[in-house]
Amino acid sequence: MRSVTRGLSRTPYYVLTGGLAILMLYPLIWTTISSVSPQAGSAQVDGFGLGNYATLANYQAGVGTYLRNSLVISLVAVVVTLVASTLGGYAFARFSFPGKDALFLLTLSILMVPYATLLIPLMIWLKNIGLSNSLVGVGIVLAVFQLPFAMFMMRISFEAIPKEIEEAALVDGCGTFGALRRILLFAVKPGLITVGLFAFLAAWNDFMVPLFLLGGDNQPLPLALVNLRQQVMGVIDYGATQAGVVVLTVPCVILFLVLQRHYVNGFMSGALKG
Amino acid sequence: MFQGWAYASPTAALVLVFFVVPIVLVIVMSGSDWMLLGGNKGTNFPENYTAVLEHRSFWPAVGFTVKYTVIATVLLIGLGLGLAMVVQESSRWRAFLRTAFLLPTALGLASASLLFYALYSPQVGPVSPLLERLGLSDGDVTILGTPDGALWATVVLIVWRYAGFYMLLLLVGLQGIPGDVYEAARIDGAKTWQIFTRITLPLLRPSLALSTIMCVTGSLLAFDQFYILTKGGPDGSTMTLVQLVYNLAFESKRDLGMAAALSVIVLLALVVVNIFQLRAMRATDQD
Repeated sequence: MRSVTRGLSRTPYYVLTGGLAILMLYPLIWTTISSVSPQAGSAQVDGFGLGNYATLANYQAGVGTYLRNSLVISLVAVVVTLVASTLGGYAFARFSFPGKDALFLLTLSILMVPYATLLIPLMIWLKNIGLSNSLVGVGIVLAVFQLPFAMFMMRISFEAIPKEIEEAALVDGCGTFGALRRILLFAVKPGLITVGLFAFLAAWNDFMVPLFLLGGDNQPLPLALVNLRQQVMGVIDYGATQAGVVVLTVPCVILFLVLQRHYVNGFMSGALKG
Repeated sequence: MFQGWAYASPTAALVLVFFVVPIVLVIVMSGSDWMLLGGNKGTNFPENYTAVLEHRSFWPAVGFTVKYTVIATVLLIGLGLGLAMVVQESSRWRAFLRTAFLLPTALGLASASLLFYALYSPQVGPVSPLLERLGLSDGDVTILGTPDGALWATVVLIVWRYAGFYMLLLLVGLQGIPGDVYEAARIDGAKTWQIFTRITLPLLRPSLALSTIMCVTGSLLAFDQFYILTKGGPDGSTMTLVQLVYNLAFESKRDLGMAAALSVIVLLALVVVNIFQLRAMRATDQD
């Protein structure tokens, strides 16, 4: 009896929080359903089906090209971020060298500078170093924007490893690089997953950097979608836009659900130490 | 020592080539006659800066950016704290709630903006008919068609996209408050509201400060959401400072010198705002 009344008094709580959860999930569910539903002015006029996805597949260079561009950019960004922050994090955690603190502070100060302030000169500078309208160039730029978080994360990951483990390896005749490759890399794996996940999500989703630095057939999917919306002579194909949003979102949602623990840990470490 | 530098050298190279050089270049550009198509035509300091300050969109953009920042920060921190308190204890239901609130943060800001653009559209979206039925609009104007509508529609999008993020930041802070502090207060007869204002809020100050700094910085630099939802309209009423940088560079003036000057001004303003925020934080910490 008591548990029943207690259950009843909790009902408003469940209604309220459940309502909030539905409100947060609603836009995602709505887009997914709309993208396959019949809508006037789109390729899917009657009945449910994949007409909007077909429009998307045939838009200009084809969705395949834009997806491939997004993948190349994300891959470059993830690899560059992981390599630089692993080696750099190791250096900052375990070695002392002249200019160490200055370099670490300089890396963190990237956070303070607006994208726009760097993108205006990068338009000119990338041309001078042969990276104009280049997917690799944009991938590297996105990796640099990711460096403050990545470097911070990898530095605390290496600092958390007991020094004895590494010393044992060094005594056994490994160089510092051998110790890093054979032993430490496994110890910092959670940090690497978090850094890689954040670098991927940031690069995959970024809109502003490609807007300034890429064009034509080199556009990644978010940029191509915004342009698709604007180029159909005033008439907006909402169906195709929704299909595009679904294509962009599905990988992010899957990664989020699979790696939720690492995703949350990334924020936690930033919040605790910040 | 050499090994340390060797491991740090990729970082140093990236920071030098893609951060330090562009910063130096943007300062040079801001003092040069540098058009989008014409290239560098020599120094003209301080003309770009005076042209920016006298541009008719500059002060309205400052005003709108500050207004948007205040609204977004108050709502996001308030809602983030509320959500954090709702999901604070651990149970299966609360784990589900956390996931639901966090899911939007996995989307890109551009995808989220496109999603809401469709959601707000009078042709396909459910929001316009809903507002009409509630008597909040008469169906003649679209949601994004009025300055206030465009502002609040963007705020709703941003709250949806970021509330979970601030919930998580504040949740970390909440979980750092030891349970026996609450217990002692309850034994002393403190009411729920007193516990919230006298214990939770003061002990949460570091997390609140961090969240506020991140939210203010992000909002002052708002671009994607307005570029995609409103393009600065209607009539330039939702033009933020960073959008004005883009506008000067590619649309109205096609003048990279002016765009560089404005982006240097934005950078300096951001540095000043953050120094001020850090000072304020330190001052309250010493109380």
